[in-house]
Amino acid sequence: MNGPQPEPGTGAASDPIAPLLSARAVHKTFGATPALRAASLDLYAGEVVAVTGRSGSGKSTLLHCLAGVTVPDTGTIVYDGQRLDQLPTDDRSRLRRRHFGLVLQFGQLVPELTAAENVAIPLLLERRRRASAQAAAMEWLDRLEVADVADARPAAMSGGQAQRVAIARALVTSPRVVFADEPTGALDTVTGDLALQVLLSATRETGAALVLVTHDNRVAAAAEREVVLRDGTVDVPATAGRPESGRP
Amino acid sequence: MSLGMVLLGVLAERPAHGYDLKRAHDDRFPSARRLAYGQVYATLARLERDALVELAETTRGAGPDRAVYAITDKGRAELLAWLDAVESPGPYPAEELVRKTITSLHLGADADGFLVHQRAAHLAAMRRLTLDRAEAPELGARLAIDHALAHLDADLRWLEETRDRVARETTGTGGRQVAERTGGDR
Repeated sequence: MNGPQPEPGTGAASDPIAPLLSARAVHKTFGATPALRAASLDLYAGEVVAVTGRSGSGKSTLLHCLAGVTVPDTGTIVYDGQRLDQLPTDDRSRLRRRHFGLVLQFGQLVPELTAAENVAIPLLLERRRRASAQAAAMEWLDRLEVADVADARPAAMSGGQAQRVAIARALVTSPRVVFADEPTGALDTVTGDLALQVLLSATRETGAALVLVTHDNRVAAAAEREVVLRDGTVDVPATAGRPESGRP
Repeated sequence: MSLGMVLLGVLAERPAHGYDLKRAHDDRFPSARRLAYGQVYATLARLERDALVELAETTRGAGPDRAVYAITDKGRAELLAWLDAVESPGPYPAEELVRKTITSLHLGADADGFLVHQRAAHLAAMRRLTLDRAEAPELGARLAIDHALAHLDADLRWLEETRDRVARETTGTGGRQVAERTGGDR
Protein backbone atom coordinates (compact mmCIF):
# COMPACT_ATOMS: atom_id res chain seq x y z
CA MET A 1 0.00 0.00 0.00
CA ASN A 2 2.01 2.84 -1.32
CA GLY A 3 1.08 6.27 -2.44
CA PRO A 4 -0.75 9.06 -0.74
CA GLN A 5 -3.76 8.18 1.29
CA PRO A 6 -6.20 10.54 2.88
CA GLU A 7 -5.62 10.55 6.58
CA PRO A 8 -8.80 10.50 8.61
CA GLY A 9 -9.34 13.44 10.87
CA THR A 10 -7.76 15.96 8.56
CA GLY A 11 -10.34 16.76 5.92
CA ALA A 12 -13.64 18.52 5.76
CA ALA A 13 -15.06 15.23 6.94
CA SER A 14 -14.15 16.16 10.51
CA ASP A 15 -17.44 17.96 10.85
CA PRO A 16 -18.10 18.09 14.60
CA ILE A 17 -21.79 17.32 14.19
CA ALA A 18 -21.34 14.49 11.70
CA PRO A 19 -21.05 11.03 13.17
CA LEU A 20 -17.50 9.82 13.60
CA LEU A 21 -18.47 6.34 12.51
CA SER A 22 -21.60 5.40 10.65
CA ALA A 23 -23.08 2.12 9.46
CA ARG A 24 -25.87 2.38 6.91
CA ALA A 25 -28.20 -0.42 5.81
CA VAL A 26 -25.58 -3.06 6.48
CA HIS A 27 -26.29 -6.63 5.38
CA LYS A 28 -24.05 -9.52 6.26
CA THR A 29 -24.76 -13.18 5.65
CA PHE A 30 -22.75 -16.17 6.83
CA GLY A 31 -23.58 -19.12 4.59
CA ALA A 32 -27.36 -19.11 4.39
CA THR A 33 -27.82 -17.29 7.67
CA PRO A 34 -28.36 -13.54 7.58
CA ALA A 35 -26.54 -12.04 10.58
CA LEU A 36 -27.36 -8.40 9.79
CA ARG A 37 -30.30 -7.07 7.82
CA ALA A 38 -30.29 -3.36 7.05
CA ALA A 39 -28.60 -2.48 10.33
CA SER A 40 -27.69 1.17 10.79
CA LEU A 41 -25.91 2.95 13.60
CA ASP A 42 -24.29 6.35 14.06
CA LEU A 43 -21.50 6.83 16.57
CA TYR A 44 -20.44 10.32 17.60
CA ALA A 45 -17.04 11.32 18.91
CA GLY A 46 -16.57 10.65 22.59
CA GLU A 47 -19.92 9.01 23.26
CA VAL A 48 -20.64 5.69 24.95
CA VAL A 49 -23.17 3.48 23.13
CA ALA A 50 -24.37 0.06 24.21
CA VAL A 51 -25.34 -2.42 21.50
CA THR A 52 -27.61 -5.00 23.07
CA GLY A 53 -29.74 -7.91 21.95
CA ARG A 54 -30.20 -11.63 22.48
CA SER A 55 -27.47 -14.00 21.40
CA GLY A 56 -27.67 -14.38 17.65
CA SER A 57 -29.17 -10.92 17.18
CA GLY A 58 -26.14 -9.81 15.18
CA LYS A 59 -24.48 -7.51 17.68
CA SER A 60 -20.98 -8.97 17.41
CA THR A 61 -21.23 -8.97 13.61
CA LEU A 62 -22.23 -5.31 13.68
CA LEU A 63 -19.25 -4.56 15.91
CA HIS A 64 -16.93 -6.39 13.53
CA CYS A 65 -18.31 -4.43 10.57
CA LEU A 66 -17.98 -1.12 12.42
CA ALA A 67 -14.44 -1.97 13.51
CA GLY A 68 -13.40 -2.92 9.99
CA VAL A 69 -12.68 -6.51 11.01
CA THR A 70 -15.37 -7.74 8.61
CA VAL A 71 -16.67 -6.16 5.42
CA PRO A 72 -20.46 -6.07 4.96
CA ASP A 73 -22.06 -7.74 1.91
CA THR A 74 -23.97 -4.55 1.16
CA GLY A 75 -24.34 -1.23 2.91
CA THR A 76 -21.72 1.30 3.90
CA ILE A 77 -19.38 1.89 6.82
CA VAL A 78 -18.05 5.43 6.94
CA TYR A 79 -15.34 6.43 9.40
CA ASP A 80 -14.53 10.10 9.53
CA GLY A 81 -15.52 10.63 5.91
CA GLN A 82 -13.86 7.46 4.58
CA ARG A 83 -15.62 4.40 3.20
CA LEU A 84 -14.14 1.76 5.48
CA ASP A 85 -15.88 -1.01 3.54
CA GLN A 86 -14.13 0.03 0.32
CA LEU A 87 -10.60 0.24 1.68
CA PRO A 88 -8.09 -2.43 0.60
CA THR A 89 -7.47 -4.92 3.37
CA ASP A 90 -4.03 -3.57 4.28
CA ASP A 91 -5.23 0.00 4.53
CA ARG A 92 -8.20 -1.08 6.58
CA SER A 93 -5.93 -2.97 8.99
CA ARG A 94 -3.67 0.01 9.31
CA LEU A 95 -6.54 2.39 9.98
CA ARG A 96 -7.93 -0.06 12.52
CA ARG A 97 -4.61 -0.30 14.36
CA ARG A 98 -4.22 3.46 14.53
CA HIS A 99 -7.74 4.60 15.24
CA PHE A 100 -9.56 1.72 16.90
CA GLY A 101 -9.03 -0.30 20.07
CA LEU A 102 -10.64 -3.66 20.71
CA VAL A 103 -11.47 -5.34 24.03
CA LEU A 104 -12.93 -8.84 23.93
CA GLN A 105 -14.63 -11.05 26.48
CA PHE A 106 -11.57 -13.10 27.33
CA GLY A 107 -8.98 -10.40 26.88
CA GLN A 108 -7.25 -12.29 24.06
CA LEU A 109 -3.81 -11.62 25.47
CA VAL A 110 -0.90 -13.48 23.89
CA PRO A 111 -0.11 -16.18 26.47
CA GLU A 112 3.65 -16.29 25.78
CA LEU A 113 4.14 -12.57 26.38
CA THR A 114 4.19 -10.57 29.60
CA ALA A 115 1.57 -7.95 30.36
CA ALA A 116 3.91 -5.15 29.33
CA GLU A 117 4.81 -6.89 26.07
CA ASN A 118 1.13 -7.52 25.30
CA VAL A 119 0.28 -3.87 25.79
CA ALA A 120 3.23 -2.79 23.64
CA ILE A 121 2.17 -4.95 20.64
CA PRO A 122 -0.03 -2.37 18.87
CA LEU A 123 2.77 0.20 19.07
CA LEU A 124 5.40 -2.23 17.79
CA LEU A 125 3.13 -3.02 14.85
CA GLU A 126 3.16 0.69 14.13
CA ARG A 127 6.97 0.54 14.18
CA ARG A 128 7.43 2.47 17.37
CA ARG A 129 10.85 1.88 18.90
CA ARG A 130 10.86 -0.88 21.48
CA ALA A 131 11.96 1.30 24.38
CA SER A 132 9.33 3.91 23.65
CA ALA A 133 6.62 1.26 23.22
CA GLN A 134 7.61 -0.37 26.52
CA ALA A 135 7.52 2.97 28.30
CA ALA A 136 4.05 3.75 26.96
CA ALA A 137 2.87 0.27 27.93
CA MET A 138 4.16 0.74 31.48
CA GLU A 139 2.45 4.08 31.72
CA TRP A 140 -0.91 2.51 30.82
CA LEU A 141 -0.44 -0.45 33.15
CA ASP A 142 0.29 2.02 35.92
CA ARG A 143 -2.75 4.10 35.06
CA LEU A 144 -5.01 1.05 35.22
CA GLU A 145 -3.39 -0.07 38.49
CA VAL A 146 -1.88 -3.30 37.16
CA ALA A 147 1.77 -2.20 37.02
CA ASP A 148 2.56 -4.93 39.53
CA VAL A 149 1.80 -7.65 36.95
CA ALA A 150 3.83 -5.98 34.16
CA ASP A 151 6.28 -8.91 34.04
CA ALA A 152 3.66 -11.63 34.54
CA ARG A 153 2.23 -13.77 31.76
CA PRO A 154 -1.57 -13.97 31.37
CA ALA A 155 -1.82 -17.40 33.03
CA ALA A 156 -0.47 -15.89 36.25
CA MET A 157 -3.03 -13.07 36.34
CA SER A 158 -6.55 -12.98 37.77
CA GLY A 159 -9.42 -12.47 35.31
CA GLY A 160 -9.83 -8.88 36.41
CA GLN A 161 -6.11 -8.13 36.00
CA ALA A 162 -6.04 -9.72 32.54
CA GLN A 163 -9.00 -7.61 31.46
CA ARG A 164 -7.30 -4.43 32.69
CA VAL A 165 -4.22 -5.38 30.70
CA ALA A 166 -6.44 -5.92 27.65
CA ILE A 167 -7.99 -2.48 28.21
CA ALA A 168 -4.50 -0.96 28.44
CA ARG A 169 -3.59 -2.64 25.15
CA ALA A 170 -6.73 -1.25 23.49
CA LEU A 171 -5.98 2.27 24.69
CA VAL A 172 -2.20 2.46 24.23
CA THR A 173 -2.49 3.83 20.68
CA SER A 174 -4.87 6.61 21.82
CA PRO A 175 -7.68 5.31 19.59
CA ARG A 176 -10.68 7.46 18.72
CA VAL A 177 -13.05 4.52 19.06
CA VAL A 178 -12.85 1.62 21.49
CA PHE A 179 -14.95 -1.47 20.76
CA ALA A 180 -15.68 -3.79 23.66
CA ASP A 181 -17.41 -7.11 23.01
CA GLU A 182 -18.88 -8.47 26.25
CA PRO A 183 -15.97 -6.94 28.17
CA THR A 184 -17.20 -8.22 31.52
CA GLY A 185 -18.64 -11.50 30.26
CA ALA A 186 -15.92 -13.68 31.74
CA LEU A 187 -15.81 -11.90 35.11
CA ASP A 188 -17.93 -12.12 38.24
CA THR A 189 -20.28 -9.20 38.86
CA VAL A 190 -18.10 -7.16 41.20
CA THR A 191 -14.85 -7.73 39.28
CA GLY A 192 -16.68 -7.04 36.00
CA ASP A 193 -18.11 -3.85 37.42
CA LEU A 194 -14.64 -2.63 38.41
CA ALA A 195 -13.23 -3.50 34.96
CA LEU A 196 -16.12 -1.65 33.35
CA GLN A 197 -15.48 1.44 35.49
CA VAL A 198 -11.82 1.32 34.42
CA LEU A 199 -12.83 1.07 30.76
CA LEU A 200 -15.31 3.94 31.09
CA SER A 201 -13.00 6.30 32.91
CA ALA A 202 -10.05 5.53 30.62
CA THR A 203 -12.09 6.21 27.47
CA ARG A 204 -13.58 9.33 29.04
CA GLU A 205 -10.13 10.66 29.89
CA THR A 206 -8.79 10.06 26.40
CA GLY A 207 -11.98 11.31 24.70
CA ALA A 208 -12.45 8.06 22.80
CA ALA A 209 -15.92 6.90 21.80
CA LEU A 210 -16.88 3.55 23.27
CA VAL A 211 -19.09 0.87 21.73
CA LEU A 212 -20.13 -1.67 24.33
CA VAL A 213 -21.59 -4.88 22.94
CA THR A 214 -23.36 -6.67 25.75
CA HIS A 215 -26.33 -8.78 26.73
CA ASP A 216 -25.97 -7.55 30.32
CA ASN A 217 -28.43 -4.78 31.18
CA ARG A 218 -26.17 -3.51 33.94
CA VAL A 219 -23.38 -2.98 31.44
CA ALA A 220 -25.84 -1.36 29.02
CA ALA A 221 -26.89 1.01 31.80
CA ALA A 222 -23.35 2.37 31.91
CA ALA A 223 -23.76 3.70 28.35
CA GLU A 224 -25.28 7.03 27.42
CA ARG A 225 -27.64 5.38 24.97
CA GLU A 226 -28.65 1.97 23.79
CA VAL A 227 -29.13 0.42 20.38
CA VAL A 228 -31.10 -2.83 20.49
CA LEU A 229 -30.57 -5.41 17.78
CA ARG A 230 -33.23 -7.97 17.01
CA ASP A 231 -32.85 -10.50 14.22
CA GLY A 232 -30.03 -8.55 12.66
CA THR A 233 -31.71 -5.18 12.56
CA VAL A 234 -32.00 -2.20 14.88
CA ASP A 235 -35.11 -2.64 16.95
CA VAL A 236 -35.50 0.43 19.07
CA PRO A 237 -34.37 3.94 18.40
CA ALA A 238 -32.57 5.07 21.52
CA THR A 239 -34.83 8.10 21.76
CA ALA A 240 -37.89 6.03 22.56
CA GLY A 241 -40.02 7.86 25.06
CA ARG A 242 -43.56 7.90 26.29
CA PRO A 243 -45.35 9.71 29.03
CA GLU A 244 -45.36 7.74 32.22
CA SER A 245 -48.61 6.47 33.58
CA GLY A 246 -50.17 9.16 35.73
CA ARG A 247 -51.87 6.61 37.90
CA PRO A 248 -50.51 5.91 41.35
CA MET B 1 -54.59 1.11 41.50
CA SER B 2 -54.97 -0.86 38.31
CA LEU B 3 -57.81 -3.21 39.25
CA GLY B 4 -60.17 -0.72 37.64
CA MET B 5 -58.17 -0.85 34.43
CA VAL B 6 -58.07 -4.64 34.47
CA LEU B 7 -61.88 -4.75 34.85
CA LEU B 8 -62.23 -2.16 32.10
CA GLY B 9 -60.09 -4.45 29.96
CA VAL B 10 -62.64 -7.24 30.39
CA LEU B 11 -65.56 -4.90 29.77
CA ALA B 12 -63.88 -3.63 26.60
CA GLU B 13 -64.49 -7.08 25.14
CA ARG B 14 -68.10 -7.46 26.27
CA PRO B 15 -70.54 -6.20 28.87
CA ALA B 16 -70.42 -8.27 32.03
CA HIS B 17 -71.73 -8.45 35.55
CA GLY B 18 -69.70 -8.57 38.72
CA TYR B 19 -69.46 -12.34 38.84
CA ASP B 20 -68.11 -12.51 35.26
CA LEU B 21 -65.54 -9.88 36.11
CA LYS B 22 -64.32 -11.73 39.17
CA ARG B 23 -64.03 -14.95 37.16
CA ALA B 24 -62.17 -13.27 34.31
CA HIS B 25 -59.75 -11.61 36.72
CA ASP B 26 -59.03 -14.81 38.64
CA ASP B 27 -58.51 -16.74 35.39
CA ARG B 28 -56.19 -14.16 33.90
CA PHE B 29 -54.10 -13.69 37.00
CA PRO B 30 -54.03 -17.10 38.64
CA SER B 31 -51.05 -16.19 40.81
CA ALA B 32 -52.76 -13.09 42.18
CA ARG B 33 -54.97 -13.11 45.23
CA ARG B 34 -58.59 -14.09 44.39
CA LEU B 35 -60.81 -11.06 44.03
CA ALA B 36 -63.42 -10.54 46.70
CA TYR B 37 -66.88 -9.56 45.43
CA GLY B 38 -66.76 -6.53 47.67
CA GLN B 39 -63.67 -5.32 45.77
CA VAL B 40 -65.36 -5.89 42.44
CA TYR B 41 -68.46 -3.92 43.34
CA ALA B 42 -66.53 -1.13 45.03
CA THR B 43 -64.37 -0.79 41.93
CA LEU B 44 -67.39 -0.86 39.63
CA ALA B 45 -69.04 1.84 41.73
CA ARG B 46 -65.95 4.01 41.36
CA LEU B 47 -65.77 3.38 37.61
CA GLU B 48 -69.46 4.25 37.28
CA ARG B 49 -69.01 7.41 39.34
CA ASP B 50 -66.20 8.45 36.98
CA ALA B 51 -68.39 7.62 33.95
CA LEU B 52 -65.95 4.96 32.73
CA VAL B 53 -68.66 2.27 32.85
CA GLU B 54 -72.42 2.41 32.78
CA LEU B 55 -75.23 0.15 33.79
CA ALA B 56 -76.30 -1.65 30.61
CA GLU B 57 -79.15 -3.79 31.92
CA THR B 58 -80.37 -5.71 34.87
CA THR B 59 -80.94 -9.41 34.36
CA ARG B 60 -83.29 -11.46 36.44
CA GLY B 61 -82.35 -14.96 37.46
CA ALA B 62 -83.38 -17.30 40.18
CA GLY B 63 -81.43 -15.25 42.70
CA PRO B 64 -81.14 -11.51 43.12
CA ASP B 65 -81.10 -9.14 40.12
CA ARG B 66 -77.75 -8.82 38.40
CA ALA B 67 -76.45 -5.55 37.07
CA VAL B 68 -74.65 -5.84 33.72
CA TYR B 69 -72.05 -3.15 33.12
CA ALA B 70 -70.64 -1.85 29.84
CA ILE B 71 -67.60 0.28 29.13
CA THR B 72 -68.19 3.87 27.99
CA ASP B 73 -66.26 5.75 25.30
CA LYS B 74 -64.49 7.62 28.06
CA GLY B 75 -63.66 4.32 29.75
CA ARG B 76 -62.24 2.92 26.53
CA ALA B 77 -60.07 5.99 26.05
CA GLU B 78 -58.75 5.76 29.62
CA LEU B 79 -58.02 2.07 29.19
CA LEU B 80 -56.06 2.59 25.98
CA ALA B 81 -54.09 5.41 27.57
CA TRP B 82 -53.19 3.11 30.48
CA LEU B 83 -52.14 0.30 28.14
CA ASP B 84 -49.90 2.68 26.27
CA ALA B 85 -48.30 4.49 29.20
CA VAL B 86 -44.90 3.50 30.49
CA GLU B 87 -44.82 2.62 34.19
CA SER B 88 -42.57 4.51 36.53
CA PRO B 89 -39.61 2.10 36.90
CA GLY B 90 -39.53 1.78 40.63
CA PRO B 91 -39.72 1.14 43.42
CA TYR B 92 -41.78 -2.00 42.67
CA PRO B 93 -43.66 -1.72 39.40
CA ALA B 94 -43.40 -5.41 38.52
CA GLU B 95 -46.98 -6.45 39.16
CA GLU B 96 -48.32 -3.54 37.17
CA LEU B 97 -46.16 -4.57 34.21
CA VAL B 98 -47.69 -8.04 34.32
CA ARG B 99 -51.28 -6.79 34.68
CA LYS B 100 -50.90 -4.36 31.85
CA THR B 101 -49.18 -6.76 29.48
CA ILE B 102 -51.73 -9.53 29.98
CA THR B 103 -54.65 -7.13 29.63
CA SER B 104 -53.09 -5.74 26.48
CA LEU B 105 -52.60 -9.21 24.98
CA HIS B 106 -56.23 -10.10 25.68
CA LEU B 107 -57.38 -7.01 23.85
CA GLY B 108 -54.96 -7.40 20.95
CA ALA B 109 -53.59 -3.96 21.82
CA ASP B 110 -49.98 -2.91 21.18
CA ALA B 111 -48.34 -4.96 23.92
CA ASP B 112 -45.07 -5.13 22.02
CA GLY B 113 -44.86 -1.36 21.76
CA PHE B 114 -45.50 -1.06 25.46
CA LEU B 115 -42.78 -3.63 26.26
CA VAL B 116 -40.28 -1.80 24.04
CA HIS B 117 -40.97 1.57 25.60
CA GLN B 118 -41.02 0.14 29.10
CA ARG B 119 -37.58 -1.36 28.44
CA ALA B 120 -36.28 2.09 27.52
CA ALA B 121 -37.76 3.56 30.71
CA HIS B 122 -36.27 0.80 32.86
CA LEU B 123 -32.86 1.15 31.27
CA ALA B 124 -32.99 4.93 31.75
CA ALA B 125 -33.69 4.35 35.45
CA MET B 126 -30.76 1.92 35.64
CA ARG B 127 -28.58 4.50 33.93
CA ARG B 128 -29.46 7.14 36.55
CA LEU B 129 -28.80 4.70 39.38
CA THR B 130 -25.49 3.64 37.83
CA LEU B 131 -24.40 7.28 37.77
CA ASP B 132 -25.60 7.79 41.34
CA ARG B 133 -23.67 4.73 42.46
CA ALA B 134 -20.46 6.02 40.92
CA GLU B 135 -20.85 9.16 43.02
CA ALA B 136 -22.09 7.56 46.22
CA PRO B 137 -19.41 7.94 48.89
CA GLU B 138 -20.83 5.37 51.33
CA LEU B 139 -20.61 1.63 50.80
CA GLY B 140 -24.13 1.33 52.24
CA ALA B 141 -25.54 3.67 49.62
CA ARG B 142 -23.83 1.70 46.87
CA LEU B 143 -25.24 -1.56 48.21
CA ALA B 144 -28.75 -0.09 48.31
CA ILE B 145 -28.35 1.02 44.69
CA ASP B 146 -27.09 -2.46 43.77
CA HIS B 147 -30.31 -3.86 45.23
CA ALA B 148 -32.47 -1.53 43.16
CA LEU B 149 -30.41 -2.28 40.05
CA ALA B 150 -30.83 -6.02 40.56
CA HIS B 151 -34.62 -5.63 40.71
CA LEU B 152 -34.77 -3.44 37.64
CA ASP B 153 -32.52 -5.91 35.84
CA ALA B 154 -34.90 -8.74 36.74
CA ASP B 155 -37.84 -6.73 35.36
CA LEU B 156 -35.89 -6.00 32.21
CA ARG B 157 -35.17 -9.66 31.64
CA TRP B 158 -38.87 -10.40 32.08
CA LEU B 159 -39.74 -7.67 29.54
CA GLU B 160 -37.33 -9.19 27.01
CA GLU B 161 -38.44 -12.76 27.59
CA THR B 162 -42.07 -11.73 27.32
CA ARG B 163 -41.48 -10.15 23.91
CA ASP B 164 -39.73 -13.30 22.74
CA ARG B 165 -42.36 -15.60 24.16
CA VAL B 166 -45.27 -13.64 22.72
CA ALA B 167 -43.57 -13.47 19.33
CA ARG B 168 -42.93 -17.20 19.34
CA GLU B 169 -46.31 -18.33 20.64
CA THR B 170 -48.54 -16.08 18.57
CA THR B 171 -48.40 -16.27 14.82
CA GLY B 172 -50.97 -13.54 14.16
CA THR B 173 -51.52 -10.38 16.10
CA GLY B 174 -55.14 -10.95 17.05
CA GLY B 175 -56.02 -10.59 20.68
CA ARG B 176 -58.36 -13.58 20.53
CA GLN B 177 -55.55 -15.88 19.61
CA VAL B 178 -53.48 -14.60 22.46
CA ALA B 179 -56.45 -14.86 24.76
CA GLU B 180 -56.64 -18.58 24.01
CA ARG B 181 -52.95 -19.01 24.71
CA THR B 182 -53.17 -17.21 28.00
CA GLY B 183 -56.09 -19.36 29.01
CA GLY B 184 -58.76 -16.73 29.43
CA ASP B 185 -61.68 -15.29 27.52
CA ARG B 186 -63.82 -18.24 26.78
